Amino acid sequence: SNPFEVKVNRQKFDILGRKTKNDVGLPGVSRSKAIKKRNQTLLKEYKEREKTNVFKDKRFGEYNTKITPEEKMIRRFALERQQNYGKKNIYNLNEDEELTHYGQSLAEIEKLNDIVDSDSDTEEGGTLSAELTAAHFGGGGGLLRKKVSSEQQDEEEEKPKSRKELIEEMIAKSKQEKQERQTRRESALELTEKLDKDWKEIQTLIAHKTPKSERKDKEVEKPKPDEYDMIVRELGFEMKAKPSERLKTEEELAKEEQARLQKLEADRLRRMRGIDEEANKKRPSHMSADDLADGFILDKDDRRLLSYKDGKINIENEEVGEEEEEEEGEEEDNENEEESQEESASEDEEDDAADGHSDIESDLESEGEAAENKEETKHKANENESQNVEKLDPKREAAKSELPYTFAVPESYETFKSLLAGRTIEQQLIILERIQKCNHPSLAVGNKAKLEKLFGFLLEYIGELATLDSPELRTIDKLVLPLYSLCQMFPEAASDSIKFILRDAAHDLEEVIEVKGRATFPGLDTLIYLKIVSLLFPTSDFWHPVVTPAFMYMSQLLTKCRIATLQDVIKGLFICCLFLEYVSLSRRFVPELINFLLGVLHISLPKSQAQGYTVVHPFTPVGKNLELLLVCDKDDLKSWEKQNVPLSIVTGLKETSRTEINHTRLSCLALCFDLIKKCAALYESLPSFHEIMHPVRILLTQHMPVNEYPEKMQEWYHSALKELENKVKHYTPLICEKKKPVPLKQYTPKIVKVLEFGKKQAGSKKEQERKQLIQRHKRELKGAIREIRKDNQYLARMQLSEIMERDAARKRKVKELLGSLATQEGEWKAMKRKKWQN
Amino acid sequence: MAREAALAACLEAVLGSRSSANRVFELLEPLAGQEEPEDIVSAARTCSRLFGALLERRELFVGPLPDQDASLGESYSAEDKYRIWMRHRYRDCVGCLGELMGHDAFQVKELALCTLMKFVELEAQYPLIKIEWKGTLTFPCDLLKVVVDGLLPTTEDASLLISRFQEYMEYDDVRYFVMKAVTASIGQVMQKTKERPLPFYQQNVFSLISPINMPNKESEMVKFMVKQDNREELKFSKLQAHKQVFEKMWLTFLKHKLPPGLYKKVLVILHDSVLPYMNDPTLMMDFLTVAYGIGGAISLLALNGLFILIHQHNLEYPDFYKKLYSLLDPSIYHVKYRARFFHLTDLFLSSSHLPAYLVAAFIKRLARLALTAPPEALLMIIPFICNLFRRHPACRVLLHRPGGPADMSEDPYIMEEKEPSESRALQSSLWEIQSLQNHYHPDVAKAAAVLNQSLSEMEDDISGLLELSASELFDREVKKKAVDVPLEFEQVRGLFGKKSDIFAEHFSLE
Repeated sequence: SNPFEVKVNRQKFDILGRKTKNDVGLPGVSRSKAIKKRNQTLLKEYKEREKTNVFKDKRFGEYNTKITPEEKMIRRFALERQQNYGKKNIYNLNEDEELTHYGQSLAEIEKLNDIVDSDSDTEEGGTLSAELTAAHFGGGGGLLRKKVSSEQQDEEEEKPKSRKELIEEMIAKSKQEKQERQTRRESALELTEKLDKDWKEIQTLIAHKTPKSERKDKEVEKPKPDEYDMIVRELGFEMKAKPSERLKTEEELAKEEQARLQKLEADRLRRMRGIDEEANKKRPSHMSADDLADGFILDKDDRRLLSYKDGKINIENEEVGEEEEEEEGEEEDNENEEESQEESASEDEEDDAADGHSDIESDLESEGEAAENKEETKHKANENESQNVEKLDPKREAAKSELPYTFAVPESYETFKSLLAGRTIEQQLIILERIQKCNHPSLAVGNKAKLEKLFGFLLEYIGELATLDSPELRTIDKLVLPLYSLCQMFPEAASDSIKFILRDAAHDLEEVIEVKGRATFPGLDTLIYLKIVSLLFPTSDFWHPVVTPAFMYMSQLLTKCRIATLQDVIKGLFICCLFLEYVSLSRRFVPELINFLLGVLHISLPKSQAQGYTVVHPFTPVGKNLELLLVCDKDDLKSWEKQNVPLSIVTGLKETSRTEINHTRLSCLALCFDLIKKCAALYESLPSFHEIMHPVRILLTQHMPVNEYPEKMQEWYHSALKELENKVKHYTPLICEKKKPVPLKQYTPKIVKVLEFGKKQAGSKKEQERKQLIQRHKRELKGAIREIRKDNQYLARMQLSEIMERDAARKRKVKELLGSLATQEGEWKAMKRKKWQN
Repeated sequence: MAREAALAACLEAVLGSRSSANRVFELLEPLAGQEEPEDIVSAARTCSRLFGALLERRELFVGPLPDQDASLGESYSAEDKYRIWMRHRYRDCVGCLGELMGHDAFQVKELALCTLMKFVELEAQYPLIKIEWKGTLTFPCDLLKVVVDGLLPTTEDASLLISRFQEYMEYDDVRYFVMKAVTASIGQVMQKTKERPLPFYQQNVFSLISPINMPNKESEMVKFMVKQDNREELKFSKLQAHKQVFEKMWLTFLKHKLPPGLYKKVLVILHDSVLPYMNDPTLMMDFLTVAYGIGGAISLLALNGLFILIHQHNLEYPDFYKKLYSLLDPSIYHVKYRARFFHLTDLFLSSSHLPAYLVAAFIKRLARLALTAPPEALLMIIPFICNLFRRHPACRVLLHRPGGPADMSEDPYIMEEKEPSESRALQSSLWEIQSLQNHYHPDVAKAAAVLNQSLSEMEDDISGLLELSASELFDREVKKKAVDVPLEFEQVRGLFGKKSDIFAEHFSLE
């Protein structure tokens, strides 16, 4: 193009490999383009700004989609005819109107009858039967005939069809034919598809190993394959076969199991410290290049510092504890391994069942057997001491024969209860196991929700068993197993339902406090629930959705519930045990526990002014519920022997003799001593251990009538006291953690890796997208503003030119007028002059 | 029904003609109290109508009432004799009604009260006292005394009747005279008992006088039962006089020994609804000092009143902080009035002029006691202690002692020492809070861990934490949503099946 019309955008730097779109601009061309476009659009609009004319489409039914095109055409045709009916064109000599079909003149079609619609089928091509032609093109003939002569009507009496009917008939016929063609085509398609499918099936049969049973059948049917083929196939299969995992030796399995447990334990410790969230959140943002420690962040320091103390290597306490535990638990570990193996075996079976959906029912039996086997082994493991396993077995066999093998998950608690009612413990366990097996979440979609409900039912059932007059604790003891497995499957649902129970219990407690001012201890069921929490969830976590509320609830129980009877004391001690169990790993400090134990010791003393220590709520230094645990009877003191407190005592003291009650009291006291001992062992690392235990120590040393107690009790007492006293007092002054020095601002450049030039890299993907959008929006906005401005300029120009034109016209007219006037004047003057001359 | 008709007829007759005046006895007879409650009620109604009409007609004798026998003398006209006789009947009626206020049925009591109050109103309007000069007090004080005595029985709890009476206490004049009457009544009754507390009587007095709603300004005093023209000049329309009577009443009430429950109740309302309405609140000083010295919850409650006296009335209290220090015992974290106590303690310790040893002693003692506190109290006390450190930077040695002795065998702080200056708190360190960093409640542990770092400058706002309750804390925990639920990995082997399970050692599943 013309070099004078080119504008070159000069680049500051030449960069190799960069393509630029806008290095050359053609302002003249683009301007003229823009003006042209405006002429076509804006100018038109501008000129028509005061015009109200509208283009109306009055064609019949043009926008009506309900009418079929054929009908539309007919109607249009009729309308046209109507319009033209009365009018006779005098100049039109040719009377016959031209006949059309789909807007085309029939005469023309007749000429070009070879041309067929591309749509229509080839079969039809050329086969122009007489009937078809008559149907297609004879309609007009009929019509014509009717118009031409009325005499012919007599002949066609049997079907005096109107034109409309004729056309309709014609349409119907063509439609029918079309339909037929379509069905034919479809059936052909179906057939081919079927063929394809069959082929595919066969193909799979060829490609894959067929199951044994099927293969046998096949072998019978198949003719003997060619030897060569067989070799080829075999080779092919060999190539595809994957190496399966080698069977592991027992040692390896044990090692793996140990590794797994270690990992879990490490996980638990991390949660116990409660630092993971913060550690994850705190990420160094930008480290200066001068920072030496950049990129080197120790997540957790698990190196053990080697230090010497008294000439021996000092290892941290925890490790020692773990070692001890390991030693203790070696035997149990072995047991664990066995169990886990069995479990894995049964899991395999489960997998099988999941694979072959078709034969679930046949498999179920074997599964049931597997469950039985598992059950048996478990029992053996659990009840090694009970010798009568063999005795039980035949009984169980008999019972099992009655139990169905499949169970649906009960929909309501009532049906669940009726399912378990009247069964022995073993049967109940089997039923539960079968329910779980039959409704494994992998088998059907709704099973997950059903089994989640089952957990709630089981929990409720346990609660009910515990609230019975004679609580069936043995059953509960066994029912905990399925509860555990269900909880492992659905942790969320399990935690929700336990939280629900806890919340209800806490609200009940609060209500009672509001109404009466003081609460009473809850029933055995709540205590059992709290115990179950410790079985299902790790109680050592820093924060846990279920355990932390449970802690809060137990704390409320120990501080708010009134101690009026011996049962209250036992319940309180039960909760103390729970507290100890909860914190046994994490060694967290529970003030309520110490307070309560102090209170229990206090009520075992004869009434006297408490000196040197203070008991707090719910115990009072003076009042009516003192001396609850005091035993004065010498004989009872002598005859006492330490025995485990039966939990059923909590629901109600049956008519027991004074001696028995006294013995229970003494057992409680012994329990209390033991708990104090355990507390002391647990809290010895706390810096203010001695302050915490101070009141207890004073009470034990100064107020306890030790000499009156039986020897066994004295043993308990002394072991507790020993644990309390032989702790070194060790105080080191506190020193605050050093504040991290605020780093000086560094001016070293921030270095970012550049992947592609011209694109902004910083930020995440989302951020980048956002930036891009903002950028695009900005650009569009600018463009739009520019366009609008140009539009306005153009319009202004147009208006100006209009005005100028108008002005010019006016000037010209004025000039004309003035000119004509001047000539008139001139003429008049000339006339005058003439007169004068004359 | 017949009975009521008879009574109505009787009423008509007495009001109709003086000749049948003797039938008045028929009306008074059932009031003696032996009848069924319904009969008494109808009789009382009739009497109320009768004497109401007579008062309005001014047919009762005005002026000091002569003896019934003396009136028979010739010095009075027949008209006067009738009036004197009728006035005596009126007096009988009032006496009966006064006794009926101690009746068993509440219905009767209530009606007696209302009838008497109606008489009070009417008598004030048509006074039975001769107006000798313009300022004569026409309010029937004697009648009101009867009512007040009826309201304050010594043997039962009359709080229901008293709450019914409260509507009359809205009237400024009634309130004024009731307060006077109560003062007199306490004087009479308590003198007899000779310093022995009368639980019911004192409880009744308390429930009568504790809801008294004193006006704040004189302009608020517009509601009077009796409209009198010369109201402005009368004593009971002055706020000053009201306050004086109010003060006298409370002082008389508190002069006598109170049962412990009532003691607490009085102290709870004292600072709010008594002290501001006294002319001279310092008069309460003795009472409050005694209460403060009692110890326990009562001392905690007395603190509030004492604070007002110290703060607004320049009360000088020797050894106030020592006393406050000795109030700190393990129960402060467990009592109901915890929030109020710590609010006040915060105020007392907010002064930056307190010596460091004192604040350190407080900090150390609070921390030591916190070793027995429930979590809701711990969540409050740890920021509280942090605030103390912020106000008194000299105490920070408790947290940070870089050059101290390396190993001590004993905490230098002496818990048993009563004198804060002798407690050696400044030589100690806050090991208690360090122990609490191992608390089982995650929030407490986190709060305690704050003290490891150097404190920020801004004080924490503890007003929201003062009222924290255990159930709130529980709800907060339950509502927290967890992303995932960690599970116990150790296989369960029965309820008590864990390794070295404590339960297996001590409980059996039977």
